[in-house]
Amino acid sequence: MEMNQYLSMFIDESTDHLQSLNDNMMQLENNPDDISIVQVIFRSAHTLKGMSATMGFSDLASLTHQMENVLDLVRNNELKMNEFIFDTLFKSLDALETMVQDITQGGEGKADVSHIVAALQSIVRGDYGQAGASNEAQISGAQNTTTEFRLDEYQYAVLEQSINTGLPVFYLDVVIREDCVLKGVRAYMVFNALEENGEVVKSNPSVQDIEQEKFDRSFSVYYISKIDQESLYQLISSISEIERVHILPVDEESLIQISQEDEQVNEATSQILQAVRETAATAAPVVQAAKEAAPDRPAAPSKPAASTGSSTSSHAGSRTIRVDIDRLDVLMNLFSELLIDRVRLEQLASDLKSQDLTETVEHMARVSGDLQNIVLKLRMVPIDTVFNRFPRMIRDLAKSLDKKVDLVITGADTELDRTVIEEIGDPLVHLLRNAVDHGIESIAERLEAGKSDTGTLELRAFHSGNSVFIEIQDDGKGINREKVLKTAIKNGVVRADEANAMTDEQVYQLLFAPGFSTADKVSDISGRGVGLDVVKSKILSLGGNVTVDSNWGSGSKFSVQLPLTLSIIAAMLVRVGEEKYALPLSSIVETMIVEHKNIRHVHGSTMIDYRESVIPIVSLADVFDCPKSSEVEKDTSDVIVIRKGERLAAFMVDDFIGQSEIVIKTLGKYLKNIYGISGATILGDGQVALIIDPNALVK
Amino acid sequence: MGEDIKVIVFALGTEEYGVEVDSVKTIERLTPITRVPKTYHFVKGVINLRGVVVPVIDLRGRFGLPETAHTEHTRIIIVNVNDMEVGFIVDTANDVIDLNTDLIESPPEVVGGIKAKYLRGVAKIGNDRLLIMLNLPEVLNKQEIIQLEDMGE
Repeated sequence: MEMNQYLSMFIDESTDHLQSLNDNMMQLENNPDDISIVQVIFRSAHTLKGMSATMGFSDLASLTHQMENVLDLVRNNELKMNEFIFDTLFKSLDALETMVQDITQGGEGKADVSHIVAALQSIVRGDYGQAGASNEAQISGAQNTTTEFRLDEYQYAVLEQSINTGLPVFYLDVVIREDCVLKGVRAYMVFNALEENGEVVKSNPSVQDIEQEKFDRSFSVYYISKIDQESLYQLISSISEIERVHILPVDEESLIQISQEDEQVNEATSQILQAVRETAATAAPVVQAAKEAAPDRPAAPSKPAASTGSSTSSHAGSRTIRVDIDRLDVLMNLFSELLIDRVRLEQLASDLKSQDLTETVEHMARVSGDLQNIVLKLRMVPIDTVFNRFPRMIRDLAKSLDKKVDLVITGADTELDRTVIEEIGDPLVHLLRNAVDHGIESIAERLEAGKSDTGTLELRAFHSGNSVFIEIQDDGKGINREKVLKTAIKNGVVRADEANAMTDEQVYQLLFAPGFSTADKVSDISGRGVGLDVVKSKILSLGGNVTVDSNWGSGSKFSVQLPLTLSIIAAMLVRVGEEKYALPLSSIVETMIVEHKNIRHVHGSTMIDYRESVIPIVSLADVFDCPKSSEVEKDTSDVIVIRKGERLAAFMVDDFIGQSEIVIKTLGKYLKNIYGISGATILGDGQVALIIDPNALVK
Repeated sequence: MGEDIKVIVFALGTEEYGVEVDSVKTIERLTPITRVPKTYHFVKGVINLRGVVVPVIDLRGRFGLPETAHTEHTRIIIVNVNDMEVGFIVDTANDVIDLNTDLIESPPEVVGGIKAKYLRGVAKIGNDRLLIMLNLPEVLNKQEIIQLEDMGE
């Protein structure tokens, strides 16, 4: 059987499941008594196991199996969660993640997990902490007893309660066709369908065995259903290669009988099965009439309506499809072409002054505007996909540093372009690690400073204008200005005489200078002196910026500003000499006209008065060595004021052409890192205009 | 026995050069070039090649030959080497020939002022036509230019 076509789906879905496992484990750690979370975890682990077994990743399946054993005990209240169990489960998740990564890179997903397995097994036995040695035979013996088809007290209670509350309970007997190749998969599909519409209380053989194909052709389950018998029958018989499904309703009376029978013959599974069938049959003579008449008939048309109706209630809002990112990129490229033509048409229409053409073009502009929104939105991903791994990371980090850290995430649903999302993960990891390692103090220090022993680390994301801000704020000790300056002077980043004149903001920016680290000792977590400069250059390369704010003693805040999208931006087109350039609108503060006599010469550079302050002014023609335009010298110049962080600067240009949506293109591999140029765009007339990177021009 | 390859023939001044047809994407007439500031003198700028922005370099400038004014014969040969798309401005480009690789001899030290490392070899075709085969990855290698410029400073 060719599995490759399913592999990418498997990888996607197992990553999702691992993430949800991680999230829920974190939640459970905060509320260890909430059994409903355990149920969710169990279900995720279970699905993951089923998938990996089907795909033939046996190590993955067996590790999840062991986890499931532990979780099963927990959810049946036979085991209480404690720190050791949490740690072991987290370690298992890590191992699973490594395996899935290995599979992603084309590996077999094999890993040596014997010690984790041994730890999990010892938890199941309840003798962890006493002896590390595992006894395989003992475990398999223990497993055998659980595979017997016998309802334990808890399961009885569950069934009884459901019947009393009016939820129908069924006994299902499913037989798979003899010629079925992957009966494990079919069984899994049945379980999946069942779990979407209710809860499987007990199955024979055990779910584990069924998924490893350790069963003949039939299996039976006790099932609490949310749908009626008819829909249930149609749901299951619509799965292909199912020969027959036999559904018996179970009521209170038959349940008591089952329990009595059960007590009498608890060692022979087959006998119980027989008994159950008989008792159920007498108690409820309304046996599926259609069951023999139409075994394995195709899906009835009424079925999809019934099943979707009930499943949307549990999976509300998850109507999504997975699309290859390459296709989205192609869509984006095609749309860019369209946008260029649109601008061209707009120009033609205004030149020709034809009423009809203008109206059509205006309509087209509106439609393509909407289209642009949709195309851009398709590429938007909630930043949650980056944030979701941080709670786990901070937990582990705090543990290893012996600190207490509370990570508070807000705005995880803020959306960003996929390309930005992919790149921003590592810089954020670095900033967070820094905050925990250098920012937040040890418990003793915190108590001494009169703070609570738990440090708070806030991670915020929010939209503002055309940018997304991500803030990382800690309530730790803050940045020591003197220490930063001392190190900077020692490393030759600044001169001693410059140091005193620097503003706090300038001092904090020194942290991002290459080869700078204030950590007294180099730790495993951060403080290798590489990092913050990499963080900054990464963020700058994404067209963003990072600023620092800090209060000595009460914490610091790193604020990362990122553009919403990297592909289409609003820009101001200007003429410099004979050439056209584009400036991102996001960095423009205002445009104005400056009289040449107002330009002052200060210490070799030119400045102008702007509002309350004096800002530098440069001629773009000089910066880019543009050939001078033939126009006569004027006494005034058009000026664009731009902002980079807190600083302002003015650029002199020859003419404003206007505002336009432009599609960003790269200059190609051959021309990388051109000073002051971040890319190029194609104008409506087919000419290429360069996009100015104001951040590079303002130092 | 060498293999037969197809070669695009173009001219710089009186010399004839060849590049393998496999690495040539298209040959274009001269289109408006947008100047890119602060780069090498031989990088003339970028052009819009059907929606893709492609850098264009003047081969004469790249080889240290004197640059001449563009004529109606001037062509831009778009090559694709190591996933890098670059256009070469050449004086003319008007021939495709079949060439056996056996005919390519290793280059003499200096040919028309061009360093030997930019050349793959020289092929003699016909009676007295010499075809200079270019070593494209080396022509597009910027490492050496940077070193040269550092030395010049």
